[in-house]
Amino acid sequence: MENLAILAEAPVFNLQLLVDGVLIGALFALAAYGMALVWGVLRIINIAQGEFVMLGGYVVVYAAAAGVPPLAAVPLAALALYVLGWLLYRGVIWRVVDQDLFVSILATFGLSIVLQQLANQLFGSNVRSVDAGLPTLQLFDGRVSVPGVKLLAFAAAVVLGIVLVLFLKRSRLGQAVRATAQNARAARILGIDTDRVYAATFALNAAICGAAGALVAMTWVIHPYLGLTYTVRAFMIVVVAGLGNLAGVIASGAGLGVAEQYAGFLLGAEFQAAFIFVLLVVILIARQLALRRRRLYLK
Amino acid sequence: MLAAAIALVAPLLFPQWVTQLAFLWLMVLFALTWDLLGGQMGYNSFGNVLFFGLGCYATAVVQRDSDLPYFASLAAGMGLSAIVALAAAALLGPLILGMRGQYFAIATLGVAVAAADLFAGWEFVGAGSGIVPEAYPGSIDERTRFFYYLLLALAAATFFTLRWLYSTRFGAVLNAIRDDEDKAEAMGVRTTRHKVFAWMIAALYLGLAGGPVAGLIGFVDPRELAFAGTTFGVWMVLMAMLGGKGTLWGPVIGAVVFHVTQELFWTWLLGWQRVALGLLIVLIVVFFPQGIMGWLREHRPQWFGETVDEQRAAEMPADTASAGDRHERAA
Repeated sequence: MENLAILAEAPVFNLQLLVDGVLIGALFALAAYGMALVWGVLRIINIAQGEFVMLGGYVVVYAAAAGVPPLAAVPLAALALYVLGWLLYRGVIWRVVDQDLFVSILATFGLSIVLQQLANQLFGSNVRSVDAGLPTLQLFDGRVSVPGVKLLAFAAAVVLGIVLVLFLKRSRLGQAVRATAQNARAARILGIDTDRVYAATFALNAAICGAAGALVAMTWVIHPYLGLTYTVRAFMIVVVAGLGNLAGVIASGAGLGVAEQYAGFLLGAEFQAAFIFVLLVVILIARQLALRRRRLYLK
Repeated sequence: MLAAAIALVAPLLFPQWVTQLAFLWLMVLFALTWDLLGGQMGYNSFGNVLFFGLGCYATAVVQRDSDLPYFASLAAGMGLSAIVALAAAALLGPLILGMRGQYFAIATLGVAVAAADLFAGWEFVGAGSGIVPEAYPGSIDERTRFFYYLLLALAAATFFTLRWLYSTRFGAVLNAIRDDEDKAEAMGVRTTRHKVFAWMIAALYLGLAGGPVAGLIGFVDPRELAFAGTTFGVWMVLMAMLGGKGTLWGPVIGAVVFHVTQELFWTWLLGWQRVALGLLIVLIVVFFPQGIMGWLREHRPQWFGETVDEQRAAEMPADTASAGDRHERAA
């Protein structure tokens, strides 16, 4: 907590933490939006969400090693993860879609373990990163530094979010997705192939996470075990923001990013991960108490 | 009776496998305590390993800081483990057991992983380097055998406690909570009290098991041993499910089958064993959720004292509810 004094003495550091937090928060919000999509449409909680992010990052790492410019590798990661998501749906997920939520949690938990350990075996447990080769902005006499790649990642996340929202509102598949989320049986009666919608949604979610992961690889580091933290972050944002609320997801994502930066600065790096999970428990308990106040026990 | 006799003389019959067998009893204890909450009560916890880790650390710290001779400090340590685990369950229970289904599962997961990270940063208990508990006064073989019997005793105690518990009114209340908690509450059952008490019983045995395992392994690592969420934490669920949730013998059978499978994986697949275990989880959850006991009950109902009226069974219409129906109902 010694760093608290630094924050008070030099307010500019607050700005650095805020900027870093918001920029990384956009990526959290992306993963959260994908999770909300899957939760709303397929009614499952995808614990392997973070693993999709991690794998997206690895696609970029290996693409960059093969000579592909890192920024061009982002759509590549999205595409690769789309295929993976589609395959996973056809292999496993379709069987747990209509069962109770705990089964889906356990099944996707198993999947996340498989993906995590596969990554560990194939890629090694070292942290990896990719240099996108963009300059770093120095503001306020160099006391606030903003790497250009983080700004780019933020912009990319925003663009992706807008594209997603437009897709869901305007395109036929997007409308089919929303219809299935509202009432799957009615959608089927009207001729929508809900199985294809589920597959597309799950694959789309994987692609979103893949893109986010690609951006993470460029702005931060990736390693096989970062999956669970991303899953938990996405889950927290969805719980706080609610399922249909895009603005809420963005705000919560930014808020979580900033909170994490402050926690890391004040408590030290080793407690930053603990902070995320403690925050998860606190949020869930707070939610429970708030529901109890309104006497909504069934939620 | 025969099984008990074999269990008692196993260290003499299979001296090279005593450690693995000791772990077998630990797995049985894990599965039974998980099933108390998961199978009997319907609250699927991913975080029971929290109490195990607390137990490991409590015993190790007592052994490190007290000046008592070995067995006395072990006993004192296990006593503290029990108290700490019970306190944790009593404090967290009312807060977390109020949540339903998926929120409860994820909250317990968060608690377990948070504990791992917190203990990995706490200097008093050695932070990331963990604690080395006091060394056993005797040879390695003697140590392994001692802890084998201790773990066997704990597993047996858990089994008999649960067997008695399930036959009491308390057990019936737990099942009622699983089947329809709101109706149980409406009937006047104090569900919160029962839920917390059940969690405390599970916590007690998990905490007690922590000390012996710490002594057996000789090293308490916060992430790999004490609060091993992705190994022990998930295996608990898997073993109970594999054997049959909600039965008494189910978790025991599941633990045995799982442990043997896991040891085989380790021997043959080495680095890939975790991948294989993850795949096993997916396969069991997707294709075999009723577990061994469930499967047996379907195919050999007479072993369970049930008789099937073949004529009426044939006349009943097949279940034609479509996935969409269920989906809509869940909406």
